[in-house]
Parts: sequence; structure tokens; C-alpha cells
Amino acid sequence: MNEIMTKAWYTLISLFVITNYGLLLGGTMARVRAKVQGRIGQPVWQPYIDILKNNFKRTGIYHGVMFYLGPVFRLAGGLGTYLFIPAVYGSLVFSNFSFSGDLLLVMYFIFFGQLGMALGAGQSGHPYSPLGVSRGLAQMTAFEVPFALSVIAIAAQYQTLSITEIVAAQQGGILNWVAFTNPLAMVAGMISFLGMSMGNPFSVVIAPQEIPIGPPTEMQSSFLGMLQTNRAIFNGAKLVLFMNLYFGGATNIWIMVIKTFLIYLYTVIVDASFPRFRTDQSIRFFLGTPALIGIAAVVLQML
Amino acid sequence: MKESNMDGLQTTATETEQQLEDMAKEMRLANDGLLEQDKGYFCDVRPHRVEPYKGIMESFANWARSQSLWILGFGTGCGAIELRPLMTSRFDMYRYGIQARPTPRQSCVFIIGGYASVKTLKRIVRSYEQMQGPKFVLGLGSCTVNGGMYWDSYNTINRIDQYIPVDVYIAGCMPRPEALLGGFIKLKQMIREGKCEGMNKYIDDFDWYKANQKQIIHDWNMPDYNW
Repeated sequence: MNEIMTKAWYTLISLFVITNYGLLLGGTMARVRAKVQGRIGQPVWQPYIDILKNNFKRTGIYHGVMFYLGPVFRLAGGLGTYLFIPAVYGSLVFSNFSFSGDLLLVMYFIFFGQLGMALGAGQSGHPYSPLGVSRGLAQMTAFEVPFALSVIAIAAQYQTLSITEIVAAQQGGILNWVAFTNPLAMVAGMISFLGMSMGNPFSVVIAPQEIPIGPPTEMQSSFLGMLQTNRAIFNGAKLVLFMNLYFGGATNIWIMVIKTFLIYLYTVIVDASFPRFRTDQSIRFFLGTPALIGIAAVVLQML
Repeated sequence: MKESNMDGLQTTATETEQQLEDMAKEMRLANDGLLEQDKGYFCDVRPHRVEPYKGIMESFANWARSQSLWILGFGTGCGAIELRPLMTSRFDMYRYGIQARPTPRQSCVFIIGGYASVKTLKRIVRSYEQMQGPKFVLGLGSCTVNGGMYWDSYNTINRIDQYIPVDVYIAGCMPRPEALLGGFIKLKQMIREGKCEGMNKYIDDFDWYKANQKQIIHDWNMPDYNW
């Protein structure tokens, strides 16, 4: 019993840290984008104030049970993704609920939130919501191909589906990272990460000027507050996952902060430098070169 | 004697029920502009006043509201052109926690950008009602104050505050982006002081606002309140 309680406390601490880290990271990156555009930009703590403001709204419109459950599923997807990834290798507090087959579960959870959100957005009745959802799911199905191939290559390389074991195998120096031992898998994975983070050139899903913000068009007040909180957790979880898969994981929290910051910075640099793809263009892109690189990575492991 | 008393009680109960029903009917919106078969799709409940929190809680909420102003990206008149420079590096509204949002559901500041034609007024009312409270309105330019250079135009309204409640006016034709930023800072001050209760004002004087709107908008083919 005591063991479970201790684990629950550790999980809460871990969640608290990743939520705050995700929010601050979001604020910092908004400032980085502002600097690219020659602006000063919003305060780093702006995401906190936005969430507070949304939760302090006096009124809220709801469109049915699924509309309520949409953000809840999304949050469950974010939490589920994070809770099965060991954030810091070897740490009691930040190892979360990592177990032997967690990589498959995490890949499922990344999809789960989107599907839940699709149901919620569908019930809102706004025509732009399903439009955004169909774009999002189409793009997601496309970038899952290079990502899955990359994961298969890594699983074949280390003969395991446990993230902890994959991280353990990469310890002992920078040259043991997947980025160096299996560079093709890393390239395929990092390209699909661009699609996962939905920045430019893959930002057509939430195209604000064209289909007002896409799936969450009708989400307001505390529904939106919940989605924003989830975005911070989900972002943190994805960054930690990619750090674990390709860049040797982290043995303490500061290394985690530095590595995830740099991975996020890479998506922001791409985001700030490229125009937007149409949905069909991004699908063709992901199923082209990145998928071929992924196949090459798998074939090389099988040889 | 006993029986007659019972009768009297029953009559009173029926009358009370009738009165309650009548009251409930009065509280409902007529939605006269809609076709009979469409009425079922729309809500006919009157909007309710929502009281602010008390004391330090409301001050904290107001501080958060003033630091995170999301503008509805709806350019209603020529003044909308003054909004674009605010996003650029020269004026950079993001410094003040001001962002543009593409949908009324998520925004809390509505900028009436100059003159409002009759056709636009209908969209202004719809968008304003769809925003979630507390919501704030900035009247940009002289046209929103008294009609400005369109004072005697056949197709524009003169005073926007007869149709939706306005919190801050920014006079001028056109006011520069600096004036707009000045207006935002004034709005922030007023929100922090708890003076921006426009939404409750709209609900309190709902019938007056609706009568004014219907006087101008003749093709009223929407519900009386756009939830």
C-alpha cells in the first residue's frame, strides 16, 4: 500500500513538473518566434494567465455529452502519453509507469487524444471543426508511417519495446545514441516529429485564417483552458519521448531540460522558416522521402 | 365548509400554476424571425445575469482578464486596417498580452473598427452574443461615437452603444495604432477596477437593446439571442 502511495506522489510531482515545464517552454518559444519577427513578444508566463482567464470565464456553451468528453479524452491522451514514458532515466520520481511494452502503448495514446477530440469537435456542430479534424487525422495517418518505421527500426536494433531499455542501451557516451548508431531512423523520426508538433509547414490543421482554429473552433471558457493545459503536458511528453528514442534520454532533470529545449527549438526554427503545405502536399511529403528513409532504416537493421 | 375550503385551495393552486406558466412563457424569447419549422433548432432561453465573485477572488480574476485580452478577428469597418500594424514589430501588441483569435467563442474583446453599416450590424450583434462573458467592446474611431463623417448616411448607424454596450471609445478619424494601444491600456485599467460589466448591462437592458437592433435590422432571420 505504502509503495503505491509513494508512486502516486511521485507521479503527481512528475506531472506538476512537466505541466509547468511545458507551459514555460510554450511561453519561451513564443518569444523566440517573436524575435525572429523582430518583436519583443509576450511574457514567458503568458500561457498561465491565458489558462487562468479561460477558467475564470463566467459563461460557457456546451453542445452535448461528447462535447464535454472531447477535452477530457484529449487530456487523458496527454496524461497517458506522459505517464508511460520515463522522463529521467534511473530517477525514482520521474520514471513514471514505464514497463516492458510501453512504446506501443505510448504510440496508441498519441492517437487516442486526437480521436477523442474528433468526437467532441464533431458534436459542436460547427462545419469548420470536422474539416480541421479530417485534415488533422489525414496528416496524422501520414506522419505515423515514417514514425512507426523509425520505431520498428529501433525496436529491431535493441530487440525491445521498452523505452527504459532503449534509453539504457544508449548510455555510455554520445556515440551510443540512436542518432549516431541508427541515423536513418533518427532522420525519419525527427521529420515525422515536425508533423506531430503541427508547426509550419504542417500547420494547415489549425489554419486560423482559413478554418478558424480547426477542431477547437467551438471550444471556449474552461473547455479551452483544459485543452491549453493538455497542450503543455502533451508537448512535454512528446519531447521527452523523442529525447528518449533518439538522443540518449536524460540521467538528470537538467539534461532533460537542455535536450528537450533543443528538440523544441528545432521545430520552432523550421516553423519560423517555412510556409504552409496544403493537406494533400503534406501527405505526399510524409509518404515520400521520410517513409523511404524509414524503410531503409528498417531494412538496414534486418540485414 | 371544509369542502368549499378545499375547492378554494384547488382554485388557488390552478391559478398559481397558470401564473407560473405565463411567467415561464414571458421568460422565453419569441424568436419571431425564424420559420416555424426552424424554431426547434434554436435556444429560446433568455440570457441570465451572472454576478461577479466577491472580494479578492474577483480582483484576481479581473487581473487575469486584463492581462490576457483576446481580440475577435473581425474587421467591421475601415478602422480594421489600424489593427494589423499592432501585430507587427513596430507596435507589438503581444507585449501587453493582447492576441487575435479567429472565433467569437474564444475571444473577449470586440473592436468595432469604425462605421457599422446596417448589414454589418447584424453580424456585430451575432458575434457579440456568441462571445462568452465577461466580454469587452472597444469603439474605434469617431464613427462609433456619433456616426462621424457618416452622420447622415442612409446605410450606417450613428451610435454603436445603442445596440451593444461599449466599454472604451477611441476617438479620431482614423486613430493611430498608438491611440488603439492607449485604448487597450485604459480598458485594462477599467477591467482591473471592475468597471467593465458590459455583459451584465446588456442582459439587464436586453429588451431595450433588442428593440433598438430590430428597429434597424429589418430582415431579422436569426434567433432573438444567439447562444
